Amino acid sequence: MPINYYITLALCLFSIGVVGVLTRRNAIIVFMCIELMLNAVNLLLVAFSKMHHIAKGATAVTGTDGQLFVFFIMVVAAAEVSVGLAIIVMMYRNVHSININFLNRLKH
Amino acid sequence: MDITQVLFWVLTVIAIGSALMVVTARNPVYSVLGLIVTFFAISGHYILMNAQFLAIVNIIVYAGAIMVLFLFVIMLMNLSKSTETLKNKWLQIVGAIAGGCLFLVLVAALKNTEVKKDLVEMGTGNIGLVKELGRELFTTFVIPFEIASVLFLSAMVGAVVIGKKE
Amino acid sequence: MKNVLDIVYLIPLLPLIGCLINGLGRKSLSKGAVGVIGSGVILVSFLISLWAFFQVHAGNTHTTEYFPFINVGNLKIPFAFRIDQLSAIWLLIITGVGFLIHVYSTAYMHDEESGQYGKYFAYLNLFVFSMLLLVMGANFVIMFIGWEGVGLCSYLLIGFWFKRDEYARAANKAFIMNRIGDLAFLIALFMLINKVGTTTFSDIFTSSTLAKFSTKELTTITLLLFVGATGKSAQIPLYTWLPDAMAGPTPVSALIHAATMVTAGIYMIARCNLMFSMAPQTLNVIAIIGIATALLAASIALKQNDIKKVLAYSTVSQLGYMFLAIGSGAYVAAVFHVMTHAFFKALLFLGSGSVIHAMGGEQDMRKMGGLSKYMKITNITFLLGCLAIAGIPGFSGFFSKDEILAGAFAKSPLLYALGLIGALMTAFYMFRLYATTFKGSFRGTHEQEHHLHESPAAITIPLIILAILSVVGGFIGIPEFMVQGAHSLANFLDPVFKDSYALLPAHEASHSTEWMLAGISSVLVIGVVAFAWNKFSKKPDLQETTGLGKVLENKWYVDELYDTVIVKPINALGSFLNNVFDKKIVDGIVNGVGRLVSYGSRQLRWLQSGQTGAYILMMVLGMVLIFVVQFFLRK
Repeated sequence: MPINYYITLALCLFSIGVVGVLTRRNAIIVFMCIELMLNAVNLLLVAFSKMHHIAKGATAVTGTDGQLFVFFIMVVAAAEVSVGLAIIVMMYRNVHSININFLNRLKH
Repeated sequence: MDITQVLFWVLTVIAIGSALMVVTARNPVYSVLGLIVTFFAISGHYILMNAQFLAIVNIIVYAGAIMVLFLFVIMLMNLSKSTETLKNKWLQIVGAIAGGCLFLVLVAALKNTEVKKDLVEMGTGNIGLVKELGRELFTTFVIPFEIASVLFLSAMVGAVVIGKKE
Repeated sequence: MKNVLDIVYLIPLLPLIGCLINGLGRKSLSKGAVGVIGSGVILVSFLISLWAFFQVHAGNTHTTEYFPFINVGNLKIPFAFRIDQLSAIWLLIITGVGFLIHVYSTAYMHDEESGQYGKYFAYLNLFVFSMLLLVMGANFVIMFIGWEGVGLCSYLLIGFWFKRDEYARAANKAFIMNRIGDLAFLIALFMLINKVGTTTFSDIFTSSTLAKFSTKELTTITLLLFVGATGKSAQIPLYTWLPDAMAGPTPVSALIHAATMVTAGIYMIARCNLMFSMAPQTLNVIAIIGIATALLAASIALKQNDIKKVLAYSTVSQLGYMFLAIGSGAYVAAVFHVMTHAFFKALLFLGSGSVIHAMGGEQDMRKMGGLSKYMKITNITFLLGCLAIAGIPGFSGFFSKDEILAGAFAKSPLLYALGLIGALMTAFYMFRLYATTFKGSFRGTHEQEHHLHESPAAITIPLIILAILSVVGGFIGIPEFMVQGAHSLANFLDPVFKDSYALLPAHEASHSTEWMLAGISSVLVIGVVAFAWNKFSKKPDLQETTGLGKVLENKWYVDELYDTVIVKPINALGSFLNNVFDKKIVDGIVNGVGRLVSYGSRQLRWLQSGQTGAYILMMVLGMVLIFVVQFFLRK
């Protein structure tokens, strides 16, 4: 399978995530769109790791670091989600809304 | 068209379709469900590329833990009804156009790269196996791995502190 | 101590120390201590100068380098002093007359409050220090330090009573006029450095070095130096500061504006005499400017009523004579006149100070008269001073002025005739001054008459000493035609000027001609003196003048002319730059930038809406832009 198929797929998912972040006002959905973008990047990293494995092809471990990178991204994403959701809960508790436009209060 | 290609296209269509559902659904619960489907499709892609460890982790961590957390929060807040007001339609259109532009520009940029002919190894190769990744993880990447545990701990503490009622 | 010439550095150093002690301790020292320190250092300097003078007289000239002052590339300027015949004479004049004036000041300034008193003596000492630096410097740069130093001190001393606006303005005027001359001096200095790479007198004033200059260059440099001298020595066109400088305390007028500072220009030209002798055009210019200044100032002095103004214009006029002498190539006569003028002009100024002191600050001589009854010593010494400056035979002014006139006659009979007219005017206005002040009846108020008294000893003793010097000072320069070889000053100065005299064309007038010239001038001067005495001792001219007299009283309207031609256009330009250029253009640019920024930020503020979505939109658009530029435009 040529790499550009995967790149295009990842770009497509990423752009959908971007559009979601731009158009939706619901903080949870915005958050999910961010997760979607992270996954698009993860997919791309795995595809590159496998491509790299053929292109260099020498040793057994070539390309493993790409997949380990994905692993660490998942670790960070999990931590991020736990903190982010806690913030959203906190926000809902204070303003009874999760519309991100309410976040502009932060500027005051 | 062999079975790998068929599976690739099927999974791709599922992933894009459910991703669009995430963005467009009025009800946040549908969005969550769409995102779970997308994650499963992406995990299918991982399996196609013989990255078994990541495929499993993706399902366990993302589809299993994270999305359940999302659902839990949505249920807790009783947000299942669409409460979102569409105040600024223009901003939405402009956002969609901007995202589309980003996609087009990146695809057009891809046309000019040299890697587009390179192939991705499908179905074979053992770098995605638990054994290989585990060896690397506990030798070369052992320090980041341990630091990741500290990160988790701090995230946990942070979530508790933020979520706590004063 | 083998030789006094090894310690000549003490001569300027002592006044500097005096200045520091008086200046820093002016709040704590008593008036008596300030006076003793201020005068004492000058006295010690005078004694060392006297000793050095006898060494020089015995034939020892001396140049000492103390430390390198400027070392840049090939240009090496040492801090060096040079004691030779010329500087020795000036040293005696500066420290000698300076000492007398310091003593006089202790009494004259006694009414000042203690801090001001200390400041005054500090300035006075600093002035003497600068002047000594000027005459002792072995190169142009050291000379220039002193040159600027006396300019600064004259500014400080003229504006000593700076709380009165007109005095402060007079100080400014003196300083600015001097700066104009200094600029020319500096340019000449740069040309010299550029051409020969040294400023040391003994290196420049040799035939071989001067041979490197073309006549044109020599003329340019000497003319520039002369412009510098006109600033310091108050010649046309830069003379107007000197009469205004009478704003300062009277001893200052005596010290700076009669005896020492104004002779700096003469000293400088005498020092560079060889260079000037090689530029005959410059000498012609100097002679013309000199005689013109002498006549102009003398004519103005005829109609002044302020006792100090008369003396001030008389100073300008006498300086004109000195330049006439230089222009005629009679350098010795110029130096001779500097010396005798220092004696009698200091005497006259101090005498006028004594009068002003007695009159309680009154300077208008129309309100004086008959003072001879009240102030005997002042009266006699003042009369002797007047006789000396008028050139009555036997007094010092006669010898020096006669020598100048003889030099002018040798150059051109026309110069002699004009010089004689100037001399007659001098005699006239001096005796108008004397008769109006000391003869007739007292015209002031009763209160003033009641207060009239002879001044204390600290004032009268310097007057007596200066009077004696004014009378006998001329006998060191008895002309050749009277007694062969009796001109001891000319013999003394011969090493300094002999190269120049070899260059200049010799016009040796016959002895009978010189007898005749001296006779004519003596008879005429005595006649004018008798006429003026008679005219003004009985009926002083008190009424308003008209016609030419009014023009003279208003100083030929030169100040007004300068004001219209130079000051007003500059002020207009200044106010144009202030009102239009600065306010509209410069401020416009500055304020415009400020307004643009604040307008721009007010508009950009709407981007900072706090809407996260808008921010992300911006971010995405920025990313698109970056990608477009990166991939498609950078080919």
